[in-house]
Amino acid sequence: MNTLKNFTKGLIKENPVLVLVLGTCPTLATSTSVINALGMGAAATIVLLCSNIVISALRKVIPNTVRIPCYIVLIAGFVTMVQMLVKAFSPALDESLGIYLPLIVVNCIILGRAEMFANKNGVFDSAVDAVGMGAGFTLALFLMATLREIFGNGTFCGIEIPVLADNHISIMTMAPGGFFVFGLLIAAVNKFAKNKPKKKDFGCQGCPQAEVCGKAGCNNAVKEAAEND
Amino acid sequence: MTKLIIILLSAVFINNYVLSRFLGICPFLGVSKKLDSAAGMSIAVIFVMLMATAATYPIQMYLLVPNDLGYLQTIVFILVIAALVQLVEIVLKRFIPSLHKSLGVYLPLITTNCAVLGVTILNIDEGYTFVEAMVNSLGSGLGFFLAMVMFSGVRSTIEGSDIPKSFKGLPITLIAAAITSLSFLGFGGVVENLFG
Repeated sequence: MNTLKNFTKGLIKENPVLVLVLGTCPTLATSTSVINALGMGAAATIVLLCSNIVISALRKVIPNTVRIPCYIVLIAGFVTMVQMLVKAFSPALDESLGIYLPLIVVNCIILGRAEMFANKNGVFDSAVDAVGMGAGFTLALFLMATLREIFGNGTFCGIEIPVLADNHISIMTMAPGGFFVFGLLIAAVNKFAKNKPKKKDFGCQGCPQAEVCGKAGCNNAVKEAAEND
Repeated sequence: MTKLIIILLSAVFINNYVLSRFLGICPFLGVSKKLDSAAGMSIAVIFVMLMATAATYPIQMYLLVPNDLGYLQTIVFILVIAALVQLVEIVLKRFIPSLHKSLGVYLPLITTNCAVLGVTILNIDEGYTFVEAMVNSLGSGLGFFLAMVMFSGVRSTIEGSDIPKSFKGLPITLIAAAITSLSFLGFGGVVENLFG
């Protein structure tokens, strides 16, 4: 039961993109087509799963004071592996994800989960958490990409949709469309979400740079969203 | 020379890091609420981008490529950037305390800012020379500055307006970002035509 809860919280209640608002850069950038979105989601999930497992296994070995650099090196290692795998098996995906593939290193979801979950919980729980969060990330990307591809290109996974293909709104696949669709989706989540996640579950308390970040006002966007509900 | 100007202008306007490449969105949404902090953050970003390029470009060209270690790029770059930011912070604190006071809070945030890692990797991917890479970093930083400062103005206007309940906070900020980004689309093609 607990395991199931661990898994499903990442999908909806604590969805990393739509509720916690983490990892916005890859979300906006790679959601231009459904294939790209799924590729990015899968790559990030694999990195998250590996890093969560290893970090939770090593949580008693890594000294507390140097944990962030250790996590970053581990994550960068896994990202490099995924990058090489994608290059070898799917060069087309590598081409379309481009710079956003190495940039998984600085995706706050991965470092955030390491800091919030993996360094406090066992290996199995951390793996479940990683799969749930990864699935939530992929789901959010998939939703955004579906909307953007259908309206912006008139296709879904490359398959043409009869009427829309002739009347597509190209701006949706360009940069402004990304911001626009993301804004609409978060507004929809605000509207329909019944059980708000407790504030302490996400955002700055779990962030490695909480203290500094709070001073710079980085958490305002998240805080505001939580306060206004 | 013309090429350098084209690189600079297109980094600022056409391939704006925030509004068309989606790099550095977190500080863009988080720190753009007040003009002071928006400007402080972006100046720190310009500074770190230049330093990071100056450090990573020679490492890639003279250390990684000759030794066939190109695949270590991601790990090496993120470590170099993290160490560099720490070093800059220590040096500033010791020698220029006034500057450290105004930029210091933003420096640790920048380590995990994807715009900085992004610019160093893009400089290599685009095959720039060292000078071109530095100009591109400067342009990217200035573009970030421009977007942050412009957007902090947009946001202060939003604050006072009447917004539907579910759009309050982040959603309306993103819609405003969409419109700001739309205006930047207008620059596409201008620079190439300007210099023929």
